[in-house]
Amino acid sequence: MAETLAQGPGAALAHDSALKHATGEALFIDDIPVPQNTLHLAVGSARAVCGRIESMDLGAVRGAPGVIDVFCANDIPGQNDVSPSGRGDEPVLADTDVRFDGEPVFAVVATSHRAARAAAVLGKVHIASEKPILTVDDALHHQRFISDEQLMQRGDWQDAMRSAPCAVSGTLYCGGQDHFYLEGQVSLAIPQEDGDMLVHCSTQHPSEIQQHLAKVLGKPANAITVEVRRMGGAFGGKESQACQWAALAAVAAQRNACPVKCRLDRDDDMRMTGKRHDFRIDWKVGHDADGRILAVDTTLASRCGCTLDLSDPVNDRAMFHVDNAYFFPTVRIRSQRCFTNTVSNTAFRGFGGPQGMLAGERMIEAVARATGQDPLTVRKRNFYGAKERSLTPYHMPVDDFILDELVTDLEASSHYWQRREAIHAANANNPQVLRGLALTPVKFGISFTASWFNQAGALVHIYRDGSIHLNHGGTEMGQGLFIKVAQVVANALAVPLEQVKITATSTAKVPNTSATAASSGADLNAMAALNAAGTLKRRLSAFAARHFAVDEGQIRFNDSSVHAGDTTLSFAKLVELAYLARVQLSATGFYRTPKIHYNRKTAKGRPFYYFAYGAAVSEVAVDSLTGESRVTAVDILHDAGRSLNPAIDLGQVEGGFIQGMGWLTSEELWWDDAGHLKTHAPSTYKIPTCSDRPRRMDIRLWSRGENTQATIHRSKAVGEPPFMLAISVHQALSDALSSINGYSTVPALDTPATAEALLFAIQAERKQASTTGAGAQS
Amino acid sequence: MATARPAFRCLLGDQEIALDAFDGQQTLLDFLRLNRGLTGTKEGCAEGDCGACTVLLGRSENNQLRYQPVNACIIPLGTVDSTQVLTVEHLADPQPHPVQIEMAKAHGSQCGFCTPGIVMSLAALHYACDTDNFSLDRETLNDALAGNLCRCTGYGPIITAAQQALAQPIPDHCRSLQALGIETLGKWANDDTYLQTKGVANIFAAPTRLAGLTELMRALPQAQLIAGATDVGLWITKQHQRFDHIIYLGQVAELKRIHRTDQEVQIGAAVTLAQSLEVLEDLAPDLGTLLHRFGSRQVRAQATLGGNIANGSPIGDLAPALIALGATLHLLGPNGERTMALEDFFIDYGNQDLATGEIIRMIGVPTQGHEYFHCWKVSKRFDQDISAVCGAFNLQLDNGTITSARIAFGGMAGTVQRARQCENALVGKSADCSALDPGAKALQQDFAPITDARASADYRMHTARGLLERYLRTISGKAPDLLYPASATPVLSAHG
Repeated sequence: MAETLAQGPGAALAHDSALKHATGEALFIDDIPVPQNTLHLAVGSARAVCGRIESMDLGAVRGAPGVIDVFCANDIPGQNDVSPSGRGDEPVLADTDVRFDGEPVFAVVATSHRAARAAAVLGKVHIASEKPILTVDDALHHQRFISDEQLMQRGDWQDAMRSAPCAVSGTLYCGGQDHFYLEGQVSLAIPQEDGDMLVHCSTQHPSEIQQHLAKVLGKPANAITVEVRRMGGAFGGKESQACQWAALAAVAAQRNACPVKCRLDRDDDMRMTGKRHDFRIDWKVGHDADGRILAVDTTLASRCGCTLDLSDPVNDRAMFHVDNAYFFPTVRIRSQRCFTNTVSNTAFRGFGGPQGMLAGERMIEAVARATGQDPLTVRKRNFYGAKERSLTPYHMPVDDFILDELVTDLEASSHYWQRREAIHAANANNPQVLRGLALTPVKFGISFTASWFNQAGALVHIYRDGSIHLNHGGTEMGQGLFIKVAQVVANALAVPLEQVKITATSTAKVPNTSATAASSGADLNAMAALNAAGTLKRRLSAFAARHFAVDEGQIRFNDSSVHAGDTTLSFAKLVELAYLARVQLSATGFYRTPKIHYNRKTAKGRPFYYFAYGAAVSEVAVDSLTGESRVTAVDILHDAGRSLNPAIDLGQVEGGFIQGMGWLTSEELWWDDAGHLKTHAPSTYKIPTCSDRPRRMDIRLWSRGENTQATIHRSKAVGEPPFMLAISVHQALSDALSSINGYSTVPALDTPATAEALLFAIQAERKQASTTGAGAQS
Repeated sequence: MATARPAFRCLLGDQEIALDAFDGQQTLLDFLRLNRGLTGTKEGCAEGDCGACTVLLGRSENNQLRYQPVNACIIPLGTVDSTQVLTVEHLADPQPHPVQIEMAKAHGSQCGFCTPGIVMSLAALHYACDTDNFSLDRETLNDALAGNLCRCTGYGPIITAAQQALAQPIPDHCRSLQALGIETLGKWANDDTYLQTKGVANIFAAPTRLAGLTELMRALPQAQLIAGATDVGLWITKQHQRFDHIIYLGQVAELKRIHRTDQEVQIGAAVTLAQSLEVLEDLAPDLGTLLHRFGSRQVRAQATLGGNIANGSPIGDLAPALIALGATLHLLGPNGERTMALEDFFIDYGNQDLATGEIIRMIGVPTQGHEYFHCWKVSKRFDQDISAVCGAFNLQLDNGTITSARIAFGGMAGTVQRARQCENALVGKSADCSALDPGAKALQQDFAPITDARASADYRMHTARGLLERYLRTISGKAPDLLYPASATPVLSAHG
């Protein structure tokens, strides 16, 4: 075992590109210098919501300045489909029907980005309009689903519900969310010899792009190379959603025999790409007088949009997370996947988990109000426990539960109870400003629920001067995956981090990779890279033992040096000797996650290798005259296991929290009655700004964190779990409003909790107060 | 007499640029990225909202060179004639600026796409440390960063980086750039020329005198007038409009003046919001707060008071406040000058009382009679958002009785409008919460707002009432509970 370097796992190092980001040197795809003859592609749509395409008049498009080529569905050389589900329901360009406002119908290729866009709006697409299905309620009413209903159940929930001493029920609507990655979708396709295609694509899933492009171009996969050095944010929005634009660029490049770039304008990006699913959640909980849950029956219905995309696994994950940290003795979780004439919803950080968890936390809140207890008390009372209280609704035992200790720690460090008293006093003194507080935990399952995705490959070369070339199937979207994997490899070979060259992800180097998603990037790729580095180290050790005639046990790698018995030489020197002795200095690595299995039909199994945990306390204030609100303070304690890089992990925690806070407060997707999305730019769609960050945010990583499973250096995945810490904001806002009726009610506060949603919920609470005579409790 | 100069010029970093021909509708961002290969500056939204394209614009002010952050994505290239433009690459040459180093050290970047813009906004603040007096508290940083969206970090590490970097001196190479800027811009200012491209089609002109402007307007009656172009820029980038000619108002000396008399502050139509901030804040603190929430520093550095009014937005943001203060509008046209009350300028949605060939010359804001002036804006997000509702109230009281009222709202009708029924209902009442019900009832006669992406009609109506209540509580001595970032503190400020 190599000694841990100051730059190895556990070191709080800056992102490998940090300084390049700050100086503008880091190249994003739109920054790559292009050949002179590069053309630019823009997408034309019908601007209709739903109906059959009757005819197209693209004369004005063809005649517009700078236009070189215009093409439609019929012009796609291979299959006109990029559906990640394999269902064949996602045409690159719509052929017969338009199913949502903004659906791509034709493509324009012109000499400049601006010329292409200006031409694209000149197309006239005549649609025989049909009445669209727009919302979950609409779809439920018409019984329109994109996929089969799924059920997850354990125990006799009906009987338990009937015999429970108390029951509460309700409905919660939670809104969707646009990814708003700062770098929009972009692909650059460059034709190669033999009709091959090199595509630079801002994507989390290069292998899938490669597979789809092969089908669309009618070529074998080995003719397509997809490469990505970095993305300007992704958050799930460049998993399946990047494909269409890569396909259009590739088709155009092939047709015109020149490089073609497709970069979506922000408005097009927001209209044409999928978002987080919005949900309608109906729930009922049976419980006892102490607030212990006895039975749960819930239906999660989501707006999937007009294609299947990733809606099945997203909705599955919502089902997997309704329980969050709580044991449900009996339970039924029903999931309905609604078809709507809106852009097909897709992966987004948490992948359905946040919506499921929001439902679970609302149930706890309701039980707390019904039993007159603080929600934190009820939360702790229902935590997963030892054996008899450890089974999830999908029959997987929770055997690594740490929330008892973690929440106790946070409860104390955040002065939860002292602040609870202070909130009561503040609300009694000032009924105009409503203050609220909430602590919510997170338990998030780690692994792709489709087990075959839990594999990864890596490729490591050592050159004769000892410098190392690192490549793996994971992609860098800002989450710090590359630096983490480099730290692991540098540590394994006991060389300085600078000696490890981080390189762009390429389908030509590591094939058949999974999406960098499900928080699994480091878990999978660092393991694969470690595996490759281990192979190289073993070869070097064996060679050194032979060369210096010592036992292999006497070979030690340490601080850029290799010790072979009494001999010490530099790593580079050993490498040169090994080369001369014809030792292979390149290795692939592979990893597959052990232990996991899941049967979707029976909804039973062990879909997750382990769970990641965390908890957050949010404090809020709400102006009851206007509904304006602010998050005033946040305390977070998060479990990243033995963190591979605490600086990167803290960044994920804070960034995830703020993004989650945006989802639950200011980020509202708003469609008009006809089905046109009206919030398709930052002028109308409001993600948090600097001043929305709470004045006080105390964030700690759980110092005792250690993965009970043999993950990479016992670390835990950290990309998605912190997003759900922000559910404490929704709970705190609801807590503030509940003060109006002496904490006896569950305010009708759907999300996002905009000023408008808050004001109307306040008025509903006040109305109830005036009818029941309940008053503010001090 | 200024003479026309056909070539565009600017100082790009330390390099003098001269262009004999250019597309008047090309944005500064496209020029930097496509023509100059300066790809450090990014396009995130092409509408001036995300800040990824932030660059610094150096302009002369009293023999100083003042750098302001601007959104390169919506600025027509011609409007930066005779200025210095600094990009993220210039700051890093030959070695990284402290902001760049500290951003990397404090983990202020994750994906890195917004980072160049954030670096530029903080570098602007760094330069301002030299001349302006301010403390590096959260409020200053919130304000400096309001125009830069980051989707990854949650902003904490950026705040840390800013605090670390801004305590350090301005590096030598940035001082040199500034010195060169002062020298070059000074030289240019002395040659008394103005930009007017050659030819008969697609003329871009930036006159420096009012006389020259009126002459140009006569010669090119179909020309599009632009000032900050923070709205017109979007007609170009989003609506793909092509203008025959463009006349830029931002260099016209007479339109850039602020003049204070005993009765009123007169603000030239081409005075930027940034330049008017101080005088308006001085006039009424609430106006300052409102202005700080107007767009972002990038927008305020470009947008003008005249443009905000001429544009006739139903929201306006500044218009309701100025109407409540009793502002007047001075127009200049082929038939001479005329003056009107600001509220009379807004006839209907998209229809202002502005004749062909007429321009707004200046806005006069009374310096007296706003002892009880307050205004508040309500939006989905605190910073850099457009109001759902903006309410401005200005009552005159005599011994606790309301003697006259000027109340105006944005977001409640097709134009910014006075709430005349409400005003009438309040006059004669005592200035406390007893006036709320009659006032609020009258508001329902004044307005029938619409539902759109920003808010529902219902919410707008309720919030108008809420703001009236906030106002009445405020003037009757109760401090308003404003949940502003600065004032919304946790219940326990320090932990026990």
